[in-house]
Amino acid sequence: MFSIMAEIITNHWQTLLRGLGVTLELTLASVVIGFFIGILLALGRVYGNRLIYGICTVIVEIIRGTPLLVQLFILYYGLPAYGIRLGAVTSSIIAFSINSGAYQAEYLRGSIQSLEKNQMLAARSIGMTRPQAITLIVLPQAFRRVIPAWTNEFIYLLKYTSLAYIVGAPELMGVAKIIGSRIYFYFEVYLIVAFIYLAVVIVFTKIFDFVEKKFKIPGLETIR
Amino acid sequence: MSEKEPLLKVVDLHKAFGKNEVLKGISFEMNKGDTKVIIGPSGTGKSTLIACINHLVAPDRGEIWLEGENTVTAKNINRIRQKIGFVFQDFGLFNHLTALKNVMIGLVKVKKMPKDKARKRAMEELDRVGLSDQAKSYPAQLSGGQKQRVGIARALAMDPKIILFDEPTSALDPELIGEVLHVMQDLAQSGMTMLVVTHEMGFARTVSNEIIFMENGVIVEQGTPEKLFKNPENKRTKEFLFKLEDLYGEGE
Repeated sequence: MFSIMAEIITNHWQTLLRGLGVTLELTLASVVIGFFIGILLALGRVYGNRLIYGICTVIVEIIRGTPLLVQLFILYYGLPAYGIRLGAVTSSIIAFSINSGAYQAEYLRGSIQSLEKNQMLAARSIGMTRPQAITLIVLPQAFRRVIPAWTNEFIYLLKYTSLAYIVGAPELMGVAKIIGSRIYFYFEVYLIVAFIYLAVVIVFTKIFDFVEKKFKIPGLETIR
Repeated sequence: MSEKEPLLKVVDLHKAFGKNEVLKGISFEMNKGDTKVIIGPSGTGKSTLIACINHLVAPDRGEIWLEGENTVTAKNINRIRQKIGFVFQDFGLFNHLTALKNVMIGLVKVKKMPKDKARKRAMEELDRVGLSDQAKSYPAQLSGGQKQRVGIARALAMDPKIILFDEPTSALDPELIGEVLHVMQDLAQSGMTMLVVTHEMGFARTVSNEIIFMENGVIVEQGTPEKLFKNPENKRTKEFLFKLEDLYGEGE
């Protein structure tokens, strides 16, 4: 088994690496775009008037209430009927971004609402406008609190990007399937792929841990 | 008192939360340099009153005049708030900023002061409350008394016309109350106009020039400390002060 795995890696490492590249592209693009979608939705749900709150809530509920694969299929297979043709990678990034945005919004909303109420009042009391209070006082603290949840979200998304192979995106899972179908050693190929995912997850977990420690507010270490 | 206009004039202020009428027509005036203390049982609208003065709570009805401008109808409330310092019972320090940055941020972001100038000014205010050595500490690294002094420095840095104190010592351990009261006493003596909600009778008696006794959303009685402590007109004032003295002792 190990000799076969070694052989697969020697012969196909370039293909696997390209697949990993696409996987990382999908993940990073979706997390970053989802981050901005998440901020907007969260702010809308915490600070919006009734209309904005309503709109943001409906978006979040629809996205969270339907399977990611259904959302991806609507974009990739459904939209062409209306003349909108998106590539596999593009439609995957859009689907994952929106999906991740809805989840990130909820993590961020929880984090904003966990802050002491007096932070906003104190900011307003020295004459800050609401947008100033949100960007200078509320969000910097909320971001710190949301890092652990976002680590989770990143890991989920990294693994969920494997769904993109279904619409034909050449990401890690997709190339693995192609390699497997060529050499018929499915077990070994998928085992390699599993290890690659695991390795990437571990690396990024370490990175997020580092970021979390770096931005930790002194004196608050013990509060968890 | 002079004939000139009072610094702060509150006229017939009303506020209700749903059906619960918290302020039922409050009127009083403050001249520059006054230190007034608001006392009264909890739930009588003391904190609501001072929160209304800088519009952290919007009043339903009435007028609030600051330096001849009716702040209730003012368009830019953020400009008004810069003139009114506010010290919170639970400090309200920005947890992600050092003591120095807590004092600086209003100068830099609200008053648009250059950073080096703001830093210098912030250090002066920290020095004034005896905390220049804690400039780099974060709120979570400070004691309650230190936090409240940073809160006072933050309010002072904005050059307010008046500072409102909402039970500034109620969240403090007994041995930390003194350092905060001491700073407040210095402030009063330096001529700062102060409106203080507190249960500290020692402070009310020795530092304030007028005590306002509030109950159930109205001002029951107001007057100099001597008058209220020695010779209150209203029976309720007498009962309340008697109870407080019983609880907190004679003060200073």
